[in-house]
Amino acid sequence: MKLARFFAVLFTAGLALLPILLLTVYSFAQSWFWPSLVPGRWSARSWAYVLSDDSGVFAAAGSSLAIAAAVSMLAVVVALPAARAVAWYDFPGKRLLLFLLLLPVLAPPLAAAMGVHSVFLRTRLVETIPGVILVHLIPAVPYAILMLSGSFSRLDPDLEAQARTLGASRFAVTRFVTLPAIAPGLAVAAAFAFLISWSQYQLTILIGGVRVLTLPVVLVSFQRGGNEAITAALSLVFLIPTLAVFVAVSRYLRYET
Amino acid sequence: MLLPAVLILGGLFVGGIGFALVQSLGDFPPAGEHQFTLAHYRSLLSDPEFRTSIGLTFLLATIATAISAAAGLALALTFRNLDRGSRALSVLLQTPIAVPHLAMAVLLVYLIGQSGWLARLAYFAGLIAVPADFPALINDRYGLGIVIAYVLKETPFIALVTLAMLRRTDGEYELAAATLGASAWQRFRYVTLPMVAPSAVSASLLVFAFIFGAFEVPYLLGRPYPAMLGVVAQKRFLSTDLTDRPDAIAAAVLMTIVSALLVFAYLHLGRKVVGERPTLF
Repeated sequence: MKLARFFAVLFTAGLALLPILLLTVYSFAQSWFWPSLVPGRWSARSWAYVLSDDSGVFAAAGSSLAIAAAVSMLAVVVALPAARAVAWYDFPGKRLLLFLLLLPVLAPPLAAAMGVHSVFLRTRLVETIPGVILVHLIPAVPYAILMLSGSFSRLDPDLEAQARTLGASRFAVTRFVTLPAIAPGLAVAAAFAFLISWSQYQLTILIGGVRVLTLPVVLVSFQRGGNEAITAALSLVFLIPTLAVFVAVSRYLRYET
Repeated sequence: MLLPAVLILGGLFVGGIGFALVQSLGDFPPAGEHQFTLAHYRSLLSDPEFRTSIGLTFLLATIATAISAAAGLALALTFRNLDRGSRALSVLLQTPIAVPHLAMAVLLVYLIGQSGWLARLAYFAGLIAVPADFPALINDRYGLGIVIAYVLKETPFIALVTLAMLRRTDGEYELAAATLGASAWQRFRYVTLPMVAPSAVSASLLVFAFIFGAFEVPYLLGRPYPAMLGVVAQKRFLSTDLTDRPDAIAAAVLMTIVSALLVFAYLHLGRKVVGERPTLF
């Protein structure tokens, strides 16, 4: 039994750390022939290329960051009032709303994006950053609403009323009662809305075409191009911020279903 | 309070699906279509590529979900009594969930490709002599690479969901059963399993729905033919032949219907909908 546990820990640690290690080694490999376990020659050439202006990685990372930041902010702003309503009130059609919230989070909203595409064509939003932001909101907003409702549902609505009775202003109630109570949920919702957008490939390609080049788009094109070292370096540029954001909020995650 | 969300959701999601539905039913002027027709659905369902794709998608999603569920359950049981509050361990278990599917797919090419790192290890272990001896796991006939990618990603997810359930008790029920003379197998079969089954089943439902709509992983690790539904729909949508587009949209609508049924089943199980749960992205 001790041995089984040891292997379980080893397996998990391997699963978690191997990706970064392997990608790092590949990104510094200049020549690496079969069957060596480590590269024959090491070089920072692919990193020099990835970090140069020629590769377009900086521009792509900038677009990804801008789009994901906008999606995260918009999703949270839109989700906050809706999450309050979902958590605290019963209203007609609530079950339908929950259904509609869960659907785009679980299933990639391919049909919706294709339908939106024809409208975006007419309104000239196709192949633009605002168009891509809008289509990323389809999964990000419902996700943020579901996460934030979790926080609101653990906060007693009467607390706000009590603070008001004691003479707190609306602002003070928000600042000292509501916000501290929902802060973890807010962090998770913002972080994951960011990550949903940051790692999105399919919706970006559908609406952004070849004009909106985000990191995943550039990553896939390098992967298809077959340059292993550059693809590995680019994967790290894509992966490390993701892991950082995830670890930052991981303590607030709950895994109950 | 709901207005901004309803505008975004209603406009983009429901509206988008509405437009998609209308276009797939024959209102698609770019291809010269103006009349109601079920032709696209009929042609899809009689199209060999699409039919193979439906079978493949259900098959791969089922296999990957089943393996993830079994492995996740095993992992949860192993971790159950281990370092209850260990933050390091829980971060480690969560890392694969944090790795986007796209990154996982790229990584697997390096790891399990025929000249990948595991193949090299196999060489030094004396198992194979040349790369071609290593089983083809990337862009292979059976979609094994796709299954492996999802098992690695979703096993920890199911494990954490099950673990959350297991940690609600301190094992006192198992202890009671043991006192009454239940064997290890009986304790698992009649005490532990019924306790975690609802969580494991609903988590598996989420995982299945997600794999069913997959794109990035099968796009990078699968074959162009036969491909999973998401890949086929995307390919036809972006085809230069505009008359392919209503077919693609019809395929996406059918996929949405399947997902809707799965979400309906999930809600029907009465599982928790709101809460700070990580998404599978």
